[in-house]
Amino acid sequence: MKLIVSILLTALLSFALSLYLPWWIIAVAAFAVAAAIHQAPWKAFLSGFLALFLLWTIMAWWISAANNNILAEKISMVILKKDNPVMLMLVTGLIGGLVAGFAALSGSLARKL
Amino acid sequence: MRFLSLAGALLATIGLIYLFDSRQVLPAPLGQLLSPQHGIWQNAEPVNASFNEELSFPGLAGEVNVYIDDRLVPHVFAAREEDAYFVQGFLHAKFRLWQMEFQTHAAAGRLSEILGEGPDSRILQYDRSMRRLGMVYAAEKSVREMEKSPESKRQYEAYANGVNAYIEQLPVSQLPIEYKLLGYYPEKWSPMKTALFLKYMSYDLAGGEDDLEFTNARDNLSGMDFEKLFYYLADSLKPIVPNTAETPYPAAAAMDLTPPASADSLYFSFRNDSITITNPDKPNRENGSNNWAVAGSKTKSGRPILSNDPHLGLNLPSLWFEMQITTPEFSAYGATFPGSPNVIIGFNENISFGFTNAGRDVKDYYEVTYQDASRSAYLYNGEWTPTEKRVEIIRVKGQPALIDTVVYTDWGPVMYDEHFRVNGEKIRNLAVRWKAHDASNDGLAFYGLNHAKNYDEYLAAIKNLTCPGQNCIFASRSGDIAIWQQGEFPAKWRRQGDFIMPGSDSSYRWKGMIPQSENPHMVNPSRGYVSSANQLSVDGSYPYYTGNVFPVYRGYIINRMLDSMQQIIPGDMMRMQVDNYNVKAEFARDILLRTNPSDLDENARKYLDMFRNWDLRSDVGSEGATVFELWWQALQTAIWEDEFEKIGLPLPWPQEYALVESLMRDSAYSFTDNIKTPEKETLENMLALALNTATDSLDKLSAEGRLAWEKAKDTRVKHLLKVIDPFSRHHLPIGGGKGMINATNSEHGPSWRMVVHMTDGIEAYGIYPGGQSGNPGSKYYDNFMDDWAAGKYNRLWLMKEEERKDSRIKWTMQFRSS
Repeated sequence: MKLIVSILLTALLSFALSLYLPWWIIAVAAFAVAAAIHQAPWKAFLSGFLALFLLWTIMAWWISAANNNILAEKISMVILKKDNPVMLMLVTGLIGGLVAGFAALSGSLARKL
Repeated sequence: MRFLSLAGALLATIGLIYLFDSRQVLPAPLGQLLSPQHGIWQNAEPVNASFNEELSFPGLAGEVNVYIDDRLVPHVFAAREEDAYFVQGFLHAKFRLWQMEFQTHAAAGRLSEILGEGPDSRILQYDRSMRRLGMVYAAEKSVREMEKSPESKRQYEAYANGVNAYIEQLPVSQLPIEYKLLGYYPEKWSPMKTALFLKYMSYDLAGGEDDLEFTNARDNLSGMDFEKLFYYLADSLKPIVPNTAETPYPAAAAMDLTPPASADSLYFSFRNDSITITNPDKPNRENGSNNWAVAGSKTKSGRPILSNDPHLGLNLPSLWFEMQITTPEFSAYGATFPGSPNVIIGFNENISFGFTNAGRDVKDYYEVTYQDASRSAYLYNGEWTPTEKRVEIIRVKGQPALIDTVVYTDWGPVMYDEHFRVNGEKIRNLAVRWKAHDASNDGLAFYGLNHAKNYDEYLAAIKNLTCPGQNCIFASRSGDIAIWQQGEFPAKWRRQGDFIMPGSDSSYRWKGMIPQSENPHMVNPSRGYVSSANQLSVDGSYPYYTGNVFPVYRGYIINRMLDSMQQIIPGDMMRMQVDNYNVKAEFARDILLRTNPSDLDENARKYLDMFRNWDLRSDVGSEGATVFELWWQALQTAIWEDEFEKIGLPLPWPQEYALVESLMRDSAYSFTDNIKTPEKETLENMLALALNTATDSLDKLSAEGRLAWEKAKDTRVKHLLKVIDPFSRHHLPIGGGKGMINATNSEHGPSWRMVVHMTDGIEAYGIYPGGQSGNPGSKYYDNFMDDWAAGKYNRLWLMKEEERKDSRIKWTMQFRSS
């Protein structure tokens, strides 16, 4: 239960803060949620990672679907050197997930201090 | 222990943020770029995006309504003129901001600032060449000139305010994708930036010359050989304005054009250490265009039809943006330049206008001698005359700035010197006298044309155009057609400025400017049409020298076709614009068919047959066209390369007509023999040799399945940054090429095709290779491309505001004053 609440809260807070602040604010969001909701460190990492992996992948997919993947095809050629929009969405999610995961892990460890 | 884990986790977090936020480790800040709320995903415009908007700005005086049609063409209706230009600036920025600024950075020699010095310092070298040519100096002068005209000042400021209004409300997440990828931000717009953009067009269209290469040719060839290779009055020349009783040339020059007394010894046979290094950054030689207008006497409707297709470098986002501007005073439609107010090529309810490049040589070099190493004085008419210095600071991304001091003389900036060399060993100080340095307000020409209602107003408008010189074509609803080669052109003696001139002697100055009324022109001629295609505007009987490099074949075939056409409808003009008939091949055919098949390899014989059966059209699918192009190239090389190699210096390559005409006149052309062999080669030997040589390349193309002309030529339209391939369009199936009306080369060609029938309400057609949006993530980025390649056109709609309920109107933007 805590896991799901953490994921939802992290995603929500990241989304809201990103409306006004730079992209790395997701780390602050994940840290804060992990510090507030007590979980084992590995679970905190997992909730941070999943929150942003899902948030970013789904948002990218949502935006790109409305765009008929016009841009994703081009950018995946630039970044991944292959025409693969889905891969670009997953890479997007992975980057968000990693940053948020480690931030959540830090948050959880900080609370324990 | 706990403390250590926390430190480790924090470090990992910060490390990841640093990794994904900077360009230090990865080549791109992937976090910033891929964050769906900040990065590139924000540029993925929904395919069903709405462009409806209600906006208010304090800079506006009244209301402006913009109706956007299904092709994303805005039709601007403003009660006040300044508001119209404010909104034009806003819309240019909304759809093309990155390109507008990039082009002005290119004009100002500031590309290194955003791109770095580039491989082999190429970008930095380019920036230096623009600074040393005095591009910023020239733009500053034209801003001062523009400010003298109240209407221009108002217009340019309103335009800049519109661009800035867009930039100010632009959230970082909505920045054009190129800013995100390169990591920089737009600057504020200003009239200076518009001036820089217009100077860039002057550079592109009136900044070309091969004077240094011609100087080498003069130094190393006999006078006879020089004239044989580089004659400028082609046999097949059909001048834009022939010297007839109807359009007589001035009988004599308005000033004394006797060359300086010392010219024979100092100029024409002036020998010096030659130029060993050429500037790689020069405008494309193929920059040119077609335009023609037919009178009502030749059309089915009895109304004139005007056609224009400017040939420029093809890029994405396109140079052009289509729009309509309507105020109570005028209603103009056509192709606009993002970066400048006005419609540039287009029409209003009463007249239509278009341009081709005049191609006159208005850029010459003078060699100066400095008093000493301080470069503060140079020799001029026997006296040491002070110079001025301008310090150019070129910022380079990721490196310290480069400081370049450019010396200015009375001639102009010293472009080449010990710090920017044209000779590996000896220092040559070459000052450049360029017409684009003279103060002028050329934008007024377009402002005037947008408003003009008849021939007199057209003529008054184009008189503002001083540089780049253009062939300004005109047709009116009331039935007039006209063409003027307009610009302020130096009055030169024969071959003046083709070579480097002595900079110590004022008698080598341009002898003044040709009076405007003596510019070549033709109004309502009895032949029923006016036309131009960058050929020489006049023949040798014109009293002024007009330059040395001009193409001939497009002009020739256009006039031949128009001579025989009657009952013309717009469709005929559109077919003509995309015509791929190769008239040079028609002339060359008899020469090439003198090849003796027994001198050929087996495969080469196959290609000879292919050529023999070719219909002389370089259409899609044509293999004969590929054989011709490669064979002819190989023949030129076989005939000239030996002599040129022996000289071993940068030389100009003779023009497209030189070999055809020389061989038609004399099959014993003296350059035919290969001077590297003891034997004396004949033309027949060279023809066979050239085809055997071309056969290697033809076989290779054939093996790759690329023998068809459009595949061999491989037309592409590249994104302005050149390096982001997915933003470019490749392998476009389109015929044509150099010397054909459809002058589509591999990266260069008709950048806007327009046909305007001067009926009441105006029946017009047009298309450009691109799309209205500059955003690679928009479906409007390149949606005209396939139709353009296929030779199709869009109907251009000069809308009236009462038609706003028309089904073509998809969105409305309302601008209000606040």
